Amino acid sequence: MRNLFSLLWKYQFFIIFLILETFSLILLFNNYSYHRSLYFNTASDFTGKFYSVYGNIENYFSLKNENRQLLEENALLKNKLSLARVYTDSLLSDTNSSYYYIPAHVISNSVNKRNNLILIDKGRVDSVKTEMGVVSSTGIAGIVIGVSDHYAVVMSMLHRNSRISGRVMKNGQLVNIIWKGRDYTQGEVTDIPTHFTLSKGDTIITSGNSLIFPPGILIGTIESNQQSNNQELGHATLNFSTDFNRLEYVYIIKNREKEEQEKLLKETGDE
Amino acid sequence: MNNIYLKNIIRFILLVLLQVLVLNNMNLMGYMNPYVYILFILLLPADISGVLLLLLAFLTGITIDFFGNTLGLNAAATVLMAFTRPKVLNLFFKNIEFGQNEEPGIAKMGFGKFLRYVFILVLIHHTALFFLEVFSFQEFRDTVYRIIISSVFSTFIIMILVLLFGKRKQ
Repeated sequence: MRNLFSLLWKYQFFIIFLILETFSLILLFNNYSYHRSLYFNTASDFTGKFYSVYGNIENYFSLKNENRQLLEENALLKNKLSLARVYTDSLLSDTNSSYYYIPAHVISNSVNKRNNLILIDKGRVDSVKTEMGVVSSTGIAGIVIGVSDHYAVVMSMLHRNSRISGRVMKNGQLVNIIWKGRDYTQGEVTDIPTHFTLSKGDTIITSGNSLIFPPGILIGTIESNQQSNNQELGHATLNFSTDFNRLEYVYIIKNREKEEQEKLLKETGDE
Repeated sequence: MNNIYLKNIIRFILLVLLQVLVLNNMNLMGYMNPYVYILFILLLPADISGVLLLLLAFLTGITIDFFGNTLGLNAAATVLMAFTRPKVLNLFFKNIEFGQNEEPGIAKMGFGKFLRYVFILVLIHHTALFFLEVFSFQEFRDTVYRIIISSVFSTFIIMILVLLFGKRKQ
């Protein structure tokens, strides 16, 4: 026993190293599974407050840009409103009415990591929950993975776990959109069926299959298409419609009927 | 005696703030991601006990992780770097005698040797960090590219900080 202790003492440096390294890696791997990351993360009011105090100062420098973006968005909404007046037929009314938008302000955000996260200033008290979609005024932004009372952590589209179900607008085909790192303006469209090819400029929108995003939200446009030479599903590069580096104001999407939809899917899936 | 604790506590706070508030929000060329907070570990006295060195490395890493919501990532990389620090000092800078509580620095080691010391440890830290972050070898070339670019940039910023705030050679 005494020998054991003296041995442990002799190699204390190495043993402490192993303990700390293992502990860090366990924490890390819990973070890396998407589903476990929903439980293991440090979303807290403390970090939220910390960043927002700093962000308040920083915000003054981007007011001009923000104003322009809000104006653009206003214009877009006004256009939609005028269209809505034309089609007052109840058959053509908005079918996405189960979705509700909560505006939020981005407190911190990054684009240069392999896994980027966005911190926003709405949390549990604003009825934000995990697995809610987040969009910007120009397109898709991410999914909420952690919530504290007043803040939430959003897994940006620029994350290795992010995989969004999309639809090619011109023909309604389903594809998946991921981010392969490198350029924050470009994502990758995968699982393109071989029987059709995408061409430059084709629009990709959300499919609505995930129940997180309503269908029809802009994801991006095709930049170039890589032909698959064998029977595999094709890939293509896409330009995100959202400028992740300029993200300031976002909307959290609350699907009022998500629970009901999920329950129904689960019940029928179990049979 | 108190002086060294106070100095290191202040250094810790300033470097964490610099990392979290400024450098983590920096976007240069989309790829570059400088991690400068490890300067705190690099400047700890050369004769610090190994266990304390590891514990401080873990504390530093986990603090950065806490703010970046990357629990474990920076901690793992910084602990690994701290583990190799005594070996790097022994292997490459054997002939330098460090006194009690003396820090590695330009004044002690000279510019060239200190630069080498910083770059080797930054490279170890960044290699672990970027590979753990990507967590696959599929994007190998991309990751290596990011490691090299960021290591050079981190070393550059560290050297500027040391030159600005460090002690000069007598």
